[in-house]
Amino acid sequence: MFRYIAKRLLQVVPVVIGVTLIIFLLMFILPGDPARMLVQKGASPEVLQVIREKYGLNQPWYVQYGKYMWNLLHGDFGTSIRFKRPVLDIIKDYYPNSIRLALVALIIEAVAGIASGIISAVKRHSFLDVLVTISTTILVAMPVFWFAMLLQVSFGLKWDILPISGMGDGSWRYYVLPAIALASVNTAFTARIMRSSMLEVIDCNYIWVARAKGLSERKIILKHALKNALIPVITILGLDLGTLIGSAILTETVFSWPGIGRVIYLAILQRDVPVVMGCTLILVFIFILLNLIVDVSYTYLDPRIRLGDRRAV
Amino acid sequence: MLLGVNNLKTYFYIECGVVKAVDGVSFSLDRGETLAIVGESGSGKSVTALSLLNLISTPPGKILEGEVLLEGENILEFSEKSLQTIRGNKIAMIFQDPTTSLNPVFTIGNQVTETILTHQNISKKEAREKTVKLLKMVGIPNARGRLYDYPHQFSGGMRQRVMIAMALSCEPDILIADEPTTALDVTTQAQILELISGLQKELNSAIILITHDFGIVAGLADRVLVMYAGKAVEYADVDAIYYRPCHPYTLGLMKSVTRLDEPRREKLQSIKGSPPSLIDVPPGCSFHPRCEFAIDVCRKKIPKLIEIEPGHFSACHRVGKGGLEVI
Repeated sequence: MFRYIAKRLLQVVPVVIGVTLIIFLLMFILPGDPARMLVQKGASPEVLQVIREKYGLNQPWYVQYGKYMWNLLHGDFGTSIRFKRPVLDIIKDYYPNSIRLALVALIIEAVAGIASGIISAVKRHSFLDVLVTISTTILVAMPVFWFAMLLQVSFGLKWDILPISGMGDGSWRYYVLPAIALASVNTAFTARIMRSSMLEVIDCNYIWVARAKGLSERKIILKHALKNALIPVITILGLDLGTLIGSAILTETVFSWPGIGRVIYLAILQRDVPVVMGCTLILVFIFILLNLIVDVSYTYLDPRIRLGDRRAV
Repeated sequence: MLLGVNNLKTYFYIECGVVKAVDGVSFSLDRGETLAIVGESGSGKSVTALSLLNLISTPPGKILEGEVLLEGENILEFSEKSLQTIRGNKIAMIFQDPTTSLNPVFTIGNQVTETILTHQNISKKEAREKTVKLLKMVGIPNARGRLYDYPHQFSGGMRQRVMIAMALSCEPDILIADEPTTALDVTTQAQILELISGLQKELNSAIILITHDFGIVAGLADRVLVMYAGKAVEYADVDAIYYRPCHPYTLGLMKSVTRLDEPRREKLQSIKGSPPSLIDVPPGCSFHPRCEFAIDVCRKKIPKLIEIEPGHFSACHRVGKGGLEVI
């Protein structure tokens, strides 16, 4: 197990090289001159030249890339062209907000998705099942920003029970609406997958054996069926956390949440290469780590899977 | 009488019609006795077994009428909760396919002790000790060490032994074995059957052995119930069935068994055709389209199960007091 994890972590190196190269090249291909973004319109060519030289923007891309990677190896994520402050500081400021919001959203997704999936599978074709099917369809179809605004209007403005913007003092009340909005689509998907996975499992022979053993229906569903049915759902939940952190831009915008999604988005618009690179790299790390956690958690859910063992799987 | 089944009817209501999987089956069973239920695939054997535990998924299935009397009490009228105290405890079941009958994500120790803990008021530790004893009893080597192994670490035969240990864990009065050896190879088959009959003597349980293989019936069963298209067509002591079969279907089944003690025949015989769809059962005797002795009345009237000699029942128009007229 330890060897397997070490091996997986070593895979970070080629991934980081690949990801940085792609982002670097993409930023170069994009039209627009980062130097121009820094000055007012109508700045003289001399000024632009000075800026280019200051930030090394006049060098070929591979020299810039080499320099960037060299600094990265020394723990230096570079300095934001736009904000004139170290990228690492920006990461430290915004990432925790995003991660915290994503974790709350993930909990909502897991609890609501798994629970409604189980209920609609066990009570198949019942009123509850139909209700879950209809509401998940609506959730998936609804644009996130619109759903977010609905939440703001109803809970914030009409009933005035929850704050609708910003993080305030950081109390849990500020998390509720953005987390629900962020979790909405994924919760619907989780519920659907949980339902179909559960339906498949409760038809298995060992479930009938469990019934013939005299176990209660509750124990059969929550012990024998659930652990088997969870396997595909865990994959989704693990990868969802990454998406919830990095792609929350709509939710962050509607709720004025100081998260990393907006930072990356604005940095792309402003050709702020160091910020885009730094923030994306962290996201890549998070994804790799989540993937690893998902894979390791499989071994606890399904004993037939042994990591690093070629015979199994 | 330990178990009495009277006029059991289990139907399935599906889109294209009503499947009469079990259509008026009756039999009885005493302690220490073995009843074999024999028939082709789709003759209603397994549904009969599941009905005894009231384990028919509703909908689409429904136990329409009849009674299952366990020591005089009709368990079909029991609440789900009281049924749970019977399942796995008084009536236990071994299923057909050991490769899919054990939950892949729990250790076999967990799955066996779980049954014990559900029905008996003992500590986890005692249950684990009992499990070790059971696994030893069914012949699993290094039983204690294998407690924490998962089903995929066992062979098919070993898994079926685990299933047997699980079924016997609460010393059931009745053990239902639904084709317990179908998925196993021949040598393992013999071992498993020997194991079942050996344990039966030890525990004095009654066994309902469900099979399509007349070859394994002779050595194990005391009585035989032959089923065709959801109905009992012949019901008798094992000797009577073998020496004086009184239904063309039974005859056909027996002819299709290879025998080592007879001179080699040209070709193994088989019953022509295939069992009818249970939605669209032929009128009259449901076996008549495949029966070589069929006459006019067979196509029109459903034959009743009648006693042709003490304890020997047959449902055939062509059977008289002296047995099957035509043979």
